[in-house]
Formats: sequence, C-alpha cells, structure tokens
Amino acid sequence: MSTKPDHFDEMRVGDDGVRAPYDGYKAWYDEQPPGRFARKSKEAEAFFRRTGITFNVYGQVAAQERLIPFDLVPRIISSREWTKLSKGIEQRVRAINAFLHDIYNRQEILRAGRIPIDLIARNAAFLPQMMGFSPPGDVYTHIVGTDIVRTGEDDFFVLEDNARTPSGVSYMLENRETMLQMFPELFSRIKVQPVSDYPKNLRRSLAASAPKSCGGKPVIAVLTPGIYNSAYYEHSFLADQMGAELVEGHDLRVVDGHIAMRTTRGYKQIDVLYRRVDDEYLDPLTFNPKSMLGVPGIMDVYRAGNITIANAPGTGVSDDKAIYSYMPDIVQFYTGEKAILKNVETFRCGEPDSLKYVLDNLADLVVKEVHGSGGYGMLVGPAASKKELADFADKLRARPGNYIAQPTLSLSTVPIFVKKGLAPRHVDLRPYVLVSPEGINITPGGLTRVALTEGSLVVNSSQGGGTKDTWVLED
Amino acid sequence: MLGKTAGGLFWMFRFLERAENTARLVEAGFRIALTRSQDTSSEWESVVTTAGVCDDYSRKHTDHNAANTIDFLLRDKDNPSSVYSVIKAARDNARLVRTALTVEVWTAVNDHWMTMQELLKKPIRETDLPRVLDVIRSQSSLVRGALHGTMLRNDIYDFARIGTFIERADNVARIIDVKYYTLLPSVSLVGSSLDNVQWETILRSVSAHRAFRWLDEEDMTAASVAQFLILDPRLPRSLMFSMKGLVENMNHLAEEYGTRHACHDHADQMLQGLRKRTIASIFDEGLHEFITAFIQDNNALGLLIERDYQFYG
Repeated sequence: MSTKPDHFDEMRVGDDGVRAPYDGYKAWYDEQPPGRFARKSKEAEAFFRRTGITFNVYGQVAAQERLIPFDLVPRIISSREWTKLSKGIEQRVRAINAFLHDIYNRQEILRAGRIPIDLIARNAAFLPQMMGFSPPGDVYTHIVGTDIVRTGEDDFFVLEDNARTPSGVSYMLENRETMLQMFPELFSRIKVQPVSDYPKNLRRSLAASAPKSCGGKPVIAVLTPGIYNSAYYEHSFLADQMGAELVEGHDLRVVDGHIAMRTTRGYKQIDVLYRRVDDEYLDPLTFNPKSMLGVPGIMDVYRAGNITIANAPGTGVSDDKAIYSYMPDIVQFYTGEKAILKNVETFRCGEPDSLKYVLDNLADLVVKEVHGSGGYGMLVGPAASKKELADFADKLRARPGNYIAQPTLSLSTVPIFVKKGLAPRHVDLRPYVLVSPEGINITPGGLTRVALTEGSLVVNSSQGGGTKDTWVLED
Repeated sequence: MLGKTAGGLFWMFRFLERAENTARLVEAGFRIALTRSQDTSSEWESVVTTAGVCDDYSRKHTDHNAANTIDFLLRDKDNPSSVYSVIKAARDNARLVRTALTVEVWTAVNDHWMTMQELLKKPIRETDLPRVLDVIRSQSSLVRGALHGTMLRNDIYDFARIGTFIERADNVARIIDVKYYTLLPSVSLVGSSLDNVQWETILRSVSAHRAFRWLDEEDMTAASVAQFLILDPRLPRSLMFSMKGLVENMNHLAEEYGTRHACHDHADQMLQGLRKRTIASIFDEGLHEFITAFIQDNNALGLLIERDYQFYG
C-alpha cells in the first residue's frame, strides 16, 4: 500500500499549505541550511548509542542491542487537539479501572449481560487470585500507555489500551532531551509543553498508591527481569530518574510479612513495587513455579495489604482484544457517558457471521491475536501475499476465537527527514497516563512511533519502526 | 544500596583493572620479544601463566608464540580474561548498576566497550599492537578519570575502589609470583643482562620502569626491585599501596554504615602484616611462600567482602 493522497497528513506540506500547528516549525525548517539535518541526524544516532539507549530484540544474535531509529522532525499537536484527546483518555482509563474493580469483585457488568461471561471466564489474563481484593484506592492501572491513531482532522481512534505494562516512556523523555540538545533555538521560538516532569509525577503517583499500612515515606523499587530484557534500559532509566532502587527477583524476599530488598546493610522493606515483570512470573508460589524473575510469596503479602504492585496483577484482562471490542459499552456502563474517543470497528472472529465476513474480506483487514502484542502474529491484509492470506485463513478457521479483525485504517502521516528532504510516513501515538488515588495525570504528548518504510503501516520498534519527539503546543 | 549493586560495582572495577593489567603484560612481553634474538616462547608462556589463563590457553593453542598469545589475551572470546571479555563483563556490570553511576562514568565504560568492539574485531598485526595497547590504556584512564571526577565519595565509590585494589593486588602479586625466581638474590648475578631484562619486564608490566629510575636507586638489585613492588607505598601498583587503599575505602564503609565486619579485621591484619615486613625478612621466609600466602589472603578477603556486604543472596 502506498502513501496515497487520501490519507491525512498532519503537516500537509505541498500544494495545500501547512496545517496551523506546524506553521512555526515549517518556517524554521525552511531557514535551515542544506546538509544541517543530515549532520544532526548522525549526531543524534551517536548520542543514542553512547548513552546506551538501546533495546534488545529476542532471537537476534548479531544485533543484541539495537537502537530505535530517531527521526528529527517533531510530531506536533495543538493544545486544542490535546485537550480533547486527554479528556477522552482520562475517561477511558477511569472506566478501565472501574471495570477491573468490578470484574474482580461484584461483576455487575456480567450480571447486567453487557459483556459475555465467557470473555472473562476463558481469559488467560484473568486471575482468580485477585477476586475479592481491592488494591489501595482501587487503582489497578497505575501506568497506562493508550495507543491512539488518527485518520482525519477530528478522527482519533484508540487502537489498544495497554493497561498491563506499557513501555517506551523513556524514549518520550530521551527524544525530547535529544531535540533540546540538537535544536535549542527551536524551543525558544516555539513554546512546547514540557514532558520532563514525568519521572517526578511517576514517583508521586506511585507513592500516593502506597498501602495504608505504610507509615512515613514509601520506599519504591522498580522490578526488572534483568539486563538482558528488551526494555532494561528503560527500567534502569526510570529507577534512576525517580531515585528508586532497581531490583531483580533475587534481590527480594518476604521478611516479616513484607517484601524486602537485600542491601549492603541487611534487608530493607519496600512499599511500592513498580514491576516490569509479567503476571505469570511474579510469584512462583502462585503462578509459574519455574519463574526465577519473581518473588516467592509476594501475592500473599499483596493480598495482606502490605505492598502495592503497579500495575496490579490481573489488569491484562482489559488488554484482551476481544474485551477491547466492548470498550464503548464499558465506558458507558461505568461513567454513564458516551465514549469521547472512538474504538476501531472490530470483528470478533469467534462469532460465525463475523468470521465469514473476515474470511471474505481478508485482503482488506488487519487480523490480530486476541492476546498478542508487539505486532507479532498479526496479518496486515493489504500488505500480505496470496500465500500469506491463505495460510492465515487456515489459522482463522482452526481457532476463530483467538482472533479479531479490524478494517485497515488510513493512518495519518507526519513527515520524516530523508535524503531528499521531508517525506510522509504513517504514525501512531502513545500518551502515558498515571493513575493514583489522588487522580489521573497525562503527560502532554507521548511517544510517536513512525513506520520508516514508505507506505508501511507497521510502527512497532521490533519491526523496523522509529520514533519522533511529540510536541503539544502551549496555548 | 542493594547488595547486588555493591557486587556489580566491585566486579565492574575488577574487570576494568584486569583489562589494563593484561594490556601491560602483553606490552612487556612484546618488548622482550622485540629486544631479544633468541627464542621467546618461555617469555610468552610466563605471560599466559601470569594472566592466570594457562588451562584455557592450552585448550586452544599448543605453542607459545607472539601471535597466539596476543590474540588470546586481547581478543579471544573463549578466554574469560581477555581484554575483550573483561571489558564486555565490565560493561554488563555497569548496565546492572547503571543507576549508581554518573552519566560520565557510564558513557566512559560504554565508549570503552564500543571502542573495543571495533578495535578487536580482527586479529592484530604486529605493527598495530602498540597503538591497540595504547587505546586500551587510554580508554581505561577515561573511565577512571570519570570515576574520580564525577562520583560522590560514598559507598558506591568505596565498592568501586575496593574492587580495583583487590584486583590490582592480585594481578601484581601474580606477576611477582611468576617471576619470583629472577628476583631471588641467590640466583641473580648482579648486573647480568638476563636479570636486567627480566626486572625491566616486571617493572614495565606495572608501568613502573621509569618511576623506579626516578627513585634514583643506585643499583638495580633484586632486593630493590622486590622492595619497590611489594613494600613501597608511593608506587600506585605496589602491594602496599593497594592494601592501604583497600583498608582506607573499607574503613569509609565501616564509618558510613556504622558497622565493622570480619572483612575489616582481615584487611587490617593483611596491612599490618605488610607494614611489619622488610624485604630481607621476606627473602628469609621465602619470596614464593610469601607471595602465595598473600594471593590466598587476598582471595579470602574478596570472599569476606562479598559475604559481609551481601553481594549475593
């Protein structure tokens, strides 16, 4: 699929002129001497490599640590657009937390028949161990990274809610840092809302979520699977920026009914654990007994109210793509309001009519695994060969309930810098949302992921996507 | 601080120190090879012995020549103590303790690793060796400079320094151990060219050949070289200097934490033991026996530190 003129370009360079949010930037860009961008682009790459801002790709021996390509052209959002977006995100995140609390307690939404009970009962991410338990402040999703795509001036869609363990926030921060270093003069000309408060806000938000039993200043730690994990850089970055300890499972154990970390002066209690380890590996006594990444007994400590785990175990239920298809109903059910942000039309292949439609129109659809993430195991119909389509159709027929399908959205484009100058590429947006008993905080902007290949719609960093700095302009 | 972090710092700086010392060993060996006409295989063999990698070496190579030894010590991935391997290990540990390091220290280690990946990609030609060794040394200096210039003088710094000194004491003791027979007065013919070359090699492997001359010693004798390497508190690579540094940093830890452990007593005893010695008494006891006991004590100290500060669970 090529970048046809029918998609929405957020800068709109060319005959149509420039969209208002990009006015100031385009004026600055046109003043730049030729060659400066190419030079800056090299500088930025060297900066990332030296700083060690890398991610690991599983199964690739040669390039264990790779850089996510960074594009120097910012993605710009007006403050009016952002206000609407952030309202929509806040509404959705509130609904998700209410939904999770309900699902793990009274299950009103199931009793009301608004979503089928099967979607919960047969959901691998649903944890019976969470039934009847309420985390501090009823907050389940302390950190959310809502994936949003745009198709027109006023058309924003939520693609995924990522209530489990959204990653990438370190890139949001480093991208801005890099831009400030590369083009300081740009930021004195154009007023951009800062993102640098994120680590401070994250710390405050986690501290506010500490268990009631915690007297004094809560001790916060970040739990990482270790230096070979693909997002290790981010884990260490966030711990560093928050002034929290970066721990692995083997640093922790249960001491006197609390979780404690082994320090050079003995064991020290932890009150809030920002874990970047999946539910399954969190507690070998409760979940996967072979896990070396977790802490034996942490679920008992958790249920006794002696530690906050962020995000709460079992939040993955709401990331399920079949649950996603009910999200407008979920928002309505818990907030009493109509959802501000649209859902992408979703066909649940488990339903016979939908399956037939999907099989008949496979070449025009995007098909995803219900529990998949990271762009793995998905089919982009318009980009697939005949053989790929046929193979995928077989998979669909074999396990229809495992898949959902969505129309191929005409994602908006934003220019990237290429040899010849600016060229449009498809983007998405992941704003970062912090939830605590004190309220919801959304950092203006987020991570813009960009498909660097012309015409490509796949923005995942594991599959050749890059990132951009994302600006929300001051009023 | 997490026990794991303390352990990571300790090992990160042990590995960095080892890389530097290995580079010096290779340099000293190379120099002998250049300046002597006869067969140098025994020299290269003793370089491998000093680096403590005999077993690994003999699994890959049968003869001790310059090309094999240099390749094995600098860039062989199967040699866990090659410069390539230890800089990788240092950098892995740095990633582990990233939150304890300043940006400058992290960047210096990361630069070191990126430079080594390039530098040691292909076998090193003899003409390139001096430049390669020079780069290894200067990259190590950059890390050290960043450490001294930017890190708070707290427990983080102490564990980094403790790792450095333990490794240095071990490496230097092993250099002396492998060459001890050339330092024995009984077998040395004063002024013989053989001894001068050997002593020069030892001094070069600790970057002390010029310092020794500055000290204006009347004669280079076995006793004066041994005295310099073992007991001189001015030489930054002597056993005395390393032990003093170790005890100093360990005392900082004890003060900061308000607790002394078995490792403190052990280190104190080692330092006191050195202070009581004269080079004559060491020769009387037997240089080899002395050094062997020192290496064992130093290893034991490392294990005590690891236990007392809970590096591992």
